[in-house]
Amino acid sequence: MNLLGPFCQTLQDGSFVRLACEIAPRLLQGTATTFQLTVFAMVLGLGVGLLLALGRIYGNKPIYGLSTAYVQFVRGTPVLVQLFLIYYGLPAFEIRLDPFLAAIIGLGLNSAAYQAEYFRGAIQAIGRGQMLAARAVGMTNLQAIGYVILPQALRIVIPPWSNELIYTLKYSSVAYIITTPELMYTGQIIASSPRGPGAFRYFEVFLIVAVIYLVCVLVISKLLDLVEQRVKIPGLEMR
Amino acid sequence: MSSEYKVSSEASFVVRVADLHKRYGSEEVLKGVSFAVRQGEALAIIGPSGTGKSTLLRCINRLTEPDRGRIWLENTEITNAKTDINKIRQQIGFVFQDFNLFAHLTALDNVRLGLTKVKKLSLKEATERAMIELRRVGLAEQAQKYPAQLSGGQQQRVSIARALAMDPKLMLFDEPTSALDPELIGEVLHVMQDLADEGMTMIVVTHEMGFARSVCDEVIFMEKGVIVEQGPPEQIFTQPKQPRTQQFLSKISELYGRTSS
Ligand SMILES: Nc1ncnc2c1ncn2[C@@H]1O[C@H](COP(=O)(O)OP(=O)(O)OP(=O)(O)O)[C@@H](O)[C@H]1O
Ligand SMILES: [Mg+2]
Repeated sequence: MNLLGPFCQTLQDGSFVRLACEIAPRLLQGTATTFQLTVFAMVLGLGVGLLLALGRIYGNKPIYGLSTAYVQFVRGTPVLVQLFLIYYGLPAFEIRLDPFLAAIIGLGLNSAAYQAEYFRGAIQAIGRGQMLAARAVGMTNLQAIGYVILPQALRIVIPPWSNELIYTLKYSSVAYIITTPELMYTGQIIASSPRGPGAFRYFEVFLIVAVIYLVCVLVISKLLDLVEQRVKIPGLEMR
Repeated sequence: MSSEYKVSSEASFVVRVADLHKRYGSEEVLKGVSFAVRQGEALAIIGPSGTGKSTLLRCINRLTEPDRGRIWLENTEITNAKTDINKIRQQIGFVFQDFNLFAHLTALDNVRLGLTKVKKLSLKEATERAMIELRRVGLAEQAQKYPAQLSGGQQQRVSIARALAMDPKLMLFDEPTSALDPELIGEVLHVMQDLADEGMTMIVVTHEMGFARSVCDEVIFMEKGVIVEQGPPEQIFTQPKQPRTQQFLSKISELYGRTSS
């Protein structure tokens, strides 16, 4: 109790609530940036990840090799190193990205490698007979993938994909290191500005930041659960 | 014999297979198979497991690429590299042992998909055609059900409707009733019998000897990648020339007791 004494004090005298109200606008702005960052990174990761998965399953030798090498490289190196390569490294080639864009590209290309593996698993979980049947009515390989394989694979992939989304949302916080003004960065600025309302009140500021992340994660899980229910194939409920 | 005569006699064959070879690794699965099927004929292919019957059937629409040999659908050589295989496959219906209905689509959409995406029919035309085929296999009422909501026999009938909707010149059946509970076999065989009666040209790989005998016009007994014996069902089932055919048939009748119908 003694340890938590000072914190309980701020709760009782209302200064915690006052702090929360005061910094809320800036934190919400940071949250908006986190959301945008996450959404753009996930979309980029979805597109690239899908191509990587298709490359690893249906690609010829060079395409298979390249997609596999990409997945290995990205999964085998820390995301922070990848962000530094893009934000601090690319200027060596005269490519200068603003922090927000660099973070989207970094997190998106990182997520792509993981999404690729989820897509690959989902596509391979679909019986070979589905492809055969599609080809047997005269569909091209692409038509078969588009009309028969992917619609089923995308359903299967929803649960692992939700995890990846949640993971990316939380992991987007590392973008604060390359000064992307997202939620984590905003919290850090608030807590470390000597003259602001949150000056050095790290525990309270990051408690609020943590709660915001938690609420976001819970909302997203719920939404994706609904999507999963929505697109469920009738008759397979017991699976 | 004039060349004109030759062309017209070839034209009465819907499918011709000449010296077909296929190997998987060191195992030669098809060792030079040749036969032809006339317009309106129903051909049964029987033989022990692992003999290459499925491989043969899949080579005909090149779901499996043969190593050597030639196949024609009417006057188009299927095995010619220049032939658009997707065009050919539209004209050859394929029915799988385990149905392979598109799991995410209703019965109606299963039948409709090839019509809209491959044949590029309008949704309205495709729906009309699909319903005709579903009615034909007795499943118009189940059109909105998903595969997982249908019995095995119903699923197989939908898959037959799916193939028929493409208006094929030839139907290939690969053990269409082997995955079915005994009480569901009849409804599928019934649909196939109607098809044969309507003059559909078909090749049926089957263990249903009763069906081969009463419905088919010709029977091929295959073993270890070669045709051991071929002839009309009466001859194959009552006076087989080859001892291997005899052995196979008596073993089958022990197992199923259905050879003599
Ligand atoms: N994709 C493949 N790769 C390797 N070997 C294969 C492949 N497909 C078939 N085989 C082999 O080829 C042989 C013939 O197989 P096939 O499926 O054509 O036999 P089948 O006569 O249809 O038998 P069944 O009555 O059991 O269906 C078998 O020994 C099988 O193991
Ligand atoms: Mg077989």
